[in-house]
Amino acid sequence: MGLPIYLDYASTTPVDPEVADKMMQFLTPSGRFGNPASRSHVFGWEAESAVEDARGEVAKLIGADPREVVWTSGATEANNLAIKGCAHFNTRKGKHIITSNIEHKAVLDTCRQLEREGFEVTYLDPNAQGLILPEMVSSAIRDETTVVSIMHVNNELGTRNDIAAIGQICRDNKVFFHVDAAQSAGKTVIDVETMNVDMMSLSAHKIYGPKGIGALFVRRKPRVRIEAQMHGGGHERGMRSGTLPTHQIVGMGEAFRVANVVLPTESAKIARLRDRLWTGVSDMEEIYLNGSPNQSVPGIINISFAFVEGESLIMALRDLAVSSGSACTSASLEPSYVLRALGLNDEVAHSSIRFSIGRYTTEKDIDDTVSKVRHAVYKLRELSPLWDMFQDGVDLDQVEWAAH
Amino acid sequence: MAYSEKVIDHYENPRNVGKLDDNSKFVGTGMVGAPACGDVMRLQIQVNDNGVIEDAKFKTYGCGSAIASSSLLTEWVKGKNIEEAGQIRNTEIAQELALPPVKIHCSVLAEDAIKAAIRDVKDKQQKG
Repeated sequence: MGLPIYLDYASTTPVDPEVADKMMQFLTPSGRFGNPASRSHVFGWEAESAVEDARGEVAKLIGADPREVVWTSGATEANNLAIKGCAHFNTRKGKHIITSNIEHKAVLDTCRQLEREGFEVTYLDPNAQGLILPEMVSSAIRDETTVVSIMHVNNELGTRNDIAAIGQICRDNKVFFHVDAAQSAGKTVIDVETMNVDMMSLSAHKIYGPKGIGALFVRRKPRVRIEAQMHGGGHERGMRSGTLPTHQIVGMGEAFRVANVVLPTESAKIARLRDRLWTGVSDMEEIYLNGSPNQSVPGIINISFAFVEGESLIMALRDLAVSSGSACTSASLEPSYVLRALGLNDEVAHSSIRFSIGRYTTEKDIDDTVSKVRHAVYKLRELSPLWDMFQDGVDLDQVEWAAH
Repeated sequence: MAYSEKVIDHYENPRNVGKLDDNSKFVGTGMVGAPACGDVMRLQIQVNDNGVIEDAKFKTYGCGSAIASSSLLTEWVKGKNIEEAGQIRNTEIAQELALPPVKIHCSVLAEDAIKAAIRDVKDKQQKG
C-alpha cells in the first residue's frame, strides 16, 4: 500500500521545493550562514539582508510595513506574545479580554493563563455556522476591555470572520484587536490597514513554508505596545529576543512571496476541488456540512456522517490522511470543542471529518476520496444499530441510553 | 492507534452481522452503551428448547475494538448454552484481541451485552 492521500493541509503543508532550495542556501559553510545580528562582517550583513527581504515579503502579503513584522517561532508564540504582551502592557486601562470559544488552543490557553493572573475573559459563542458576528463583539466590549482576539479563519471549519467589521468596532472603542491568521494568510486576501487590525499572528508551515517559524504583526500607527515575553539580546525591537533563524525566516519569506503570486489561481483551483468533493458525497443520506457555505476559505470542508462512529470511520478511511472531530488520545473520547460550540451533539461531532485541500491535491485524489468515503460510510452503517433504528423510525433522542 | 491483527481481521470481516426477530421468545437482545459515549452494541442470541445458543447476531456503533469485541463474542457464544455463555469474561475477550488498556471498556461492553441478551431471553421464556 502506498501512502494515504494527503487531505490534511490545514494541519500542515509540505515545504514547497523552491522554498526548501532557498533555505539550503543559508545553512552550510558555503552558504550565507551568518548571524543576522553580527554587524561587523559580511556574513552578518548578508544574513541580515536576507532576513529583511523576507520581512518585506511577509509584510506585503498582509499590507503591512516591514517594520511591523516581528519574527516568532510560529503562530502559537505569536498568539502568546500578542495577547499576553498587550494585556500586560495595558493593565492600567483594564483587565478584560474578549475572544471566542472556537479559537485555536494557543489563544484559549493563553486566555486561561491570564484568567489565573486575575484578568477577566469573555468567550463569545459562535453562531450555528461557526461565525463570530461583529455585533457579538460590540455588545461584549466594556470600559475595561483592552484586547479583542478573534481568528480570521477557523481551522476546523474554514469559516471566515468579517475581520474588517470587527476591526472597525475595536478601533471605534479604542480596544486593541488581535487576529490569529494562521489559517488565512495565503488563502484569502488580507489587508491590515483596511481591516483595522492591530496585531496579527502568522505561520509559515500552513502555506508551504517550514515549521518552527512565524511572525507577529504589531501596528506602528497608531502604535501598539506589547510587553516582551522572551527576554535577552533585544532582537526584534526588544519584542522578541533570540538569534534569528535565518534559513527558517528565508523559507517563510519565500513561501509568503509565492503565496502572494499564486493566491487567486490557487484558491480558484482549490474551490473547484472542494466543490467536486462535496458534489461527490452530498447525495448520501444524513450527512451535514459544518460551517458556513458562503463565508469560508475553499481549502477546508467539514462533514458530519451521522450514525457512524468517528474512530471507526477514521479506521475505515485509513487510506486518507484527514482529521476527525474527536481528539481520541485517551480512553475518554473528547469531541471537538469547535463542533460542540456549534451545537452539534457529541456523537455527530465524533463522526465529523475535516478534509483540507491544498496546492498538491489532484482531481484524482478527490475522486478516490469520494469513493472511499462512500464505501466506508455504507459499510459502517450496515454495522450500526443506530442506523437500523433510524431506518425503523426510532427517535434516538428519546431512547434511554445507559451511559458508561 | 495501532490495532492488533485480530482486531483488524474482525473489523474488516465482521462475523455474524445482522438482526434476529426480537418478537420471538427464543431471541434475547442485549443493547448496551450510549451514542454519546461512542459505543452502542446490540447483541442478539437465539436459543433452542435446551437453552443452547443456535445463532447470534450483532451490530455495533463504535470503534474498531468495539466492533471486534462484539464480532468475536458472537463466534464464541454459538453452540454454548446460555449458562456457559454467561460465564464469558471481558478479560478473555481483551486477551484474545490484544486490546490496549484504553480499549478494555470495549470488552466490558461486550460482556455486558451478552449478559443483557441472556437476561432478556430468560425473562421472555419465564413470561411464556
